[in-house]
Amino acid sequence: MAAGVAAWLPFARAAAIGWMPVANCPMPLAPADKNKRQDELIILNVSGRRFQTWRTTLERYPDTLLGSTEKEFFFNEDTKEYFFDRDPEVFRCVLNFYRTGKLHYPRYECISAYDDELAFYGILPEIIGDCCYEEYKDRKRENAERLMDDNDSENNQESMPSLSFRQTMWRAFENPHTSTLALVFYYVTGFFIAVSVITNVVETVPCGTVPGSKELPCGERYSVAFFCLDTACVMIFTVEYLLRLFAPPSRYRFIRSVMSIIDVVAIMPYYIGLVMTDNEDVSGAFVTLRVFRVFRIFKFSRHSQGLRILGYTLKSCASELGFLLFSLTMAIIIFATVMFYAEKGSSASKFTSIPASFWYTIVTMTTLGYGDMVPKTIAGKIFGSICSLSGVLVIALPVPVIVSNFSRIYHQNQRADKRRAQKKARLARIRVAKTGSSNAYLHSKRNGLLNEALELTGTPEDEHMGKTTSLIESQHHHLLHCLEKTTGLSYLVDDPLLSVRTSTIKNHEFIDEQMFEQNCMESSMQNYPSTRSPSLSSHPGLTTTCCSRRSKKTTHLPNSNLPATRLRSMQELSTIHIQGSEQPSLTTRPPPTTSK
Amino acid sequence: MLTLEWESEGLQTVGIVVIICASLKLLHLLGLIDFSEDSVEDELEMATVRHRPEALELLEAQSKFTKKELQILYRGFKNECPSGVVNEETFKEIYSQFFPQGDSTTYAHFLFNAFDTDHNGAVSFEDFINGLSILLRGTVQEKLNWAFNLYDINKDGYITKEEMLDIMKAIYDMMGKCTYPVLKEDAPRQHVETFFQKMDKNKDGVVTIDEFIESCQKDENIMRSMQLFENVI
Repeated sequence: MAAGVAAWLPFARAAAIGWMPVANCPMPLAPADKNKRQDELIILNVSGRRFQTWRTTLERYPDTLLGSTEKEFFFNEDTKEYFFDRDPEVFRCVLNFYRTGKLHYPRYECISAYDDELAFYGILPEIIGDCCYEEYKDRKRENAERLMDDNDSENNQESMPSLSFRQTMWRAFENPHTSTLALVFYYVTGFFIAVSVITNVVETVPCGTVPGSKELPCGERYSVAFFCLDTACVMIFTVEYLLRLFAPPSRYRFIRSVMSIIDVVAIMPYYIGLVMTDNEDVSGAFVTLRVFRVFRIFKFSRHSQGLRILGYTLKSCASELGFLLFSLTMAIIIFATVMFYAEKGSSASKFTSIPASFWYTIVTMTTLGYGDMVPKTIAGKIFGSICSLSGVLVIALPVPVIVSNFSRIYHQNQRADKRRAQKKARLARIRVAKTGSSNAYLHSKRNGLLNEALELTGTPEDEHMGKTTSLIESQHHHLLHCLEKTTGLSYLVDDPLLSVRTSTIKNHEFIDEQMFEQNCMESSMQNYPSTRSPSLSSHPGLTTTCCSRRSKKTTHLPNSNLPATRLRSMQELSTIHIQGSEQPSLTTRPPPTTSK
Repeated sequence: MLTLEWESEGLQTVGIVVIICASLKLLHLLGLIDFSEDSVEDELEMATVRHRPEALELLEAQSKFTKKELQILYRGFKNECPSGVVNEETFKEIYSQFFPQGDSTTYAHFLFNAFDTDHNGAVSFEDFINGLSILLRGTVQEKLNWAFNLYDINKDGYITKEEMLDIMKAIYDMMGKCTYPVLKEDAPRQHVETFFQKMDKNKDGVVTIDEFIESCQKDENIMRSMQLFENVI
C-alpha cells in the first residue's frame, strides 16, 4: 500500500458502515489496538543533522530499518534521539521516501554510495520512482561494466599458472603484447597482409607496353613474380589460419566467428585457382573469385582497434541503418514513379521506365547529381527539386544516431585503456600505504620490546622512545602480536629470505631495525630469484652483517619479520630451520653464524 | 497527343498545388498564420483549485473529533491531496488501493456522492470531516441516516429495487472474480430480495427512511455492527 493511503484507512473502515445494513451475517470483531500511542515526533540525528518526523510516518514501511524495532539499536538514551552515523544527504532521500512514498535517486550522488545507504536502511532499490529509475539503472549498469572490466584485466594479468602450450598460443593470438614471439607474429602477419593487398592493387595497373600489342597490366607482364608473391602470402595466411585453428579452446565457436570466415575467404581463391584447369568457361568464374582476395584487407581488423569499434558500431546500429534503408527505398519508389510520369510527355526523355528512374532518384537524393539523367518538363523539374530536398533530410536523420553510438563506444574503449594504465600506479600507491601500516606495527613492536628490554635491564635512559599510539592502533598491534604468538612466527618486512625463529623466548631482543632492514633489503634485492635454496646459503654472511650491528643490549636473536602473505612459505622454511638447527635456535645465545 | 498535353498540364498543376500547400504549412509552423481558432483556450486549462479548510477550532466545534484527531486526519488528507480537495478520480483511486482484487470504482462513486453533500463535484476537508464524524462518532440514528443516504442514489427519499441492485452489484464487484464460492449471476438480485423482504414493511416496492431505521433497529446484528468502527482513529 502506498504511504499516504495508509492514512486513509480510517476513512475506508468508516465507509464500511455502508455495508452493514445489507449484510446477512454478523461482522467479525474489530482488531483491538493494543499499543495506542499518541502520535509523537521522533528525532533522527544523522551525523549531526537533525531530522524530525512523526512516528507513524516511519511505521508506514515496517520492513525497513526505520520502520521496525531495529532502530531501537540506535537509540541514544541521553539525548533521547536516534543517532545514525551515516551520510545526511542520502538520508534526506530516504526520509522523503517515508513521507511521500516515492524514492528518488539524486543525480549527483555516487551510485555505490547510494546503494550502500539503501542497503543499510533496508530499502530495496526496485521501488525507486519512475522519474529516477532509468537514470539509476543506467548508472548502475555503467558501474557494473566498469568493475567487470577491472576484474577482467586483473584476471588476465594475474593468472600466471602454467598454461598448456595450446593455451599459451591462444593467449598469444588474442593479446599480442603478452610475449615477444606473439608480437613478432603479429607484425609479420600485418606486413604480409599489406603486401598482399598492395600486390592485388598493383596487378591491375597498366605497366607499359610490350611492343606489338596493347598495354598490359602489370599482372600479366610480370605474372611469375606476382604469382610468387601471392603464393608466399597465401602460405603465411594458411599457416596462420591453421595455427589459429589449433589454439582456441572452442574450435567450433572459432570456426563460426567472423574473422575465421574472412581468413578462409581470403585464401580460398588461390587454392581454387590451383585446382582449376585452364577451362574457358570456368576461368570466367575464377576471375570473379579473385575479387574475394580483397577481403584480405579485413584481416587488418585484428590489428586495429578502431576498425573493430567501427564494425561493432555498425552492428549495434543495425536498427537505425535498417530504418535508413527502408525510408530511402520508400522515397525512391515514390519519386521514381512521379518522375517517370512527369517526364513521360517530353520527347527523347531518358526516363524510359520506373526502374530507370530509380537511378535518377538515388543520384538526386544523395545529392550526387551526375547529370546523365535530367528532367526537362516543368513538372519534372519541380518534383526533382522536391526530391533532392527530401533526400538531404532522409539521409541526414539517422546519421547522428550512428555517430553518437560510435563516439560512445570509442570513448568507452579509450576510458578502459586509460583505466588500465592508471591501475598500475594506483595499485603501487595502495601497496605503499599498506606497507606503511605494517611498518607502523613493527615500529611499535620494536618500541614495545625496547621498553620491555629496558625494564628487564633496568636502564633508566631512553624510556620515552616509543610514540604514543592511538587506542585502535594499539589494539591492532596487540592483535598482530597475538597472531605471532599463536603461530610461533613473527613478521618480517618484505624479506622472506631471512631466517625465522620460533619466538618462544621472552627476552626479545631487537637490533637496530633500520640498518637491519636496509641490509636485508639490499641483499634481498640481489638474491631474490624465484628459488629459495640459494638464499639459505647466503644466510651466514647475511646474519653476520646484520648481527654485527647489534645494539649494546644483551643477547638477542635476529628478529625476522614476515609479510603475512609469505607466512606459508616461511612456515615451510621455519620447519627446515628448526630441523636444521634445533638446539641453537632455542637457546638464548645462538651463535650468530649458524646457518639456518 | 492531346492526352499527353493534358497529362503534363495536369501534373504541372499538381506540382504547383503541392508547393503552395507546403509553403502554407511552413508559414503555419512558423506561427505567422493561424488556421484553427481554439488554440488560446488550451492555455487556461487546469487552473489549479486550491482550497483551505476552515479553522481548526471551528471544525472541532462542528464535528465530534478532538483537535489531535483532526490534526492526524488533516495530515493524511493533505498528503494525498495537496490541493485541498478530492475529486472523484482521486477518490476512486484511493479507495481502489484498499481493494486490489476487485473493481471498487462503482461503490467509490456512490461513496463520493454520499460524502459530497453540497454536490459540487469535489470533497473538501470539511465534507470529509462531516462524513467521518457521523460515521465514527455519531449516534446510531445518524449512522443509519447516512447509510440510507448512501443507498438512495437519486436522493428522492425512497430506495427502489433498482437503486438497491446497483448498490449491491457495486459491493459484489469489490470482491472481484476470485471468490469462494464462485459468485453466481443472480446473487445480487437474491440479496436485494432478502433486503426488501426485511425492510419493506408495507410491501410497496420502495423503502422509506422510517421503514429503514425501524427495521434496522429491530435487527441485532446490524445494531452491533454499527458500533464496530468506533475506535478507528
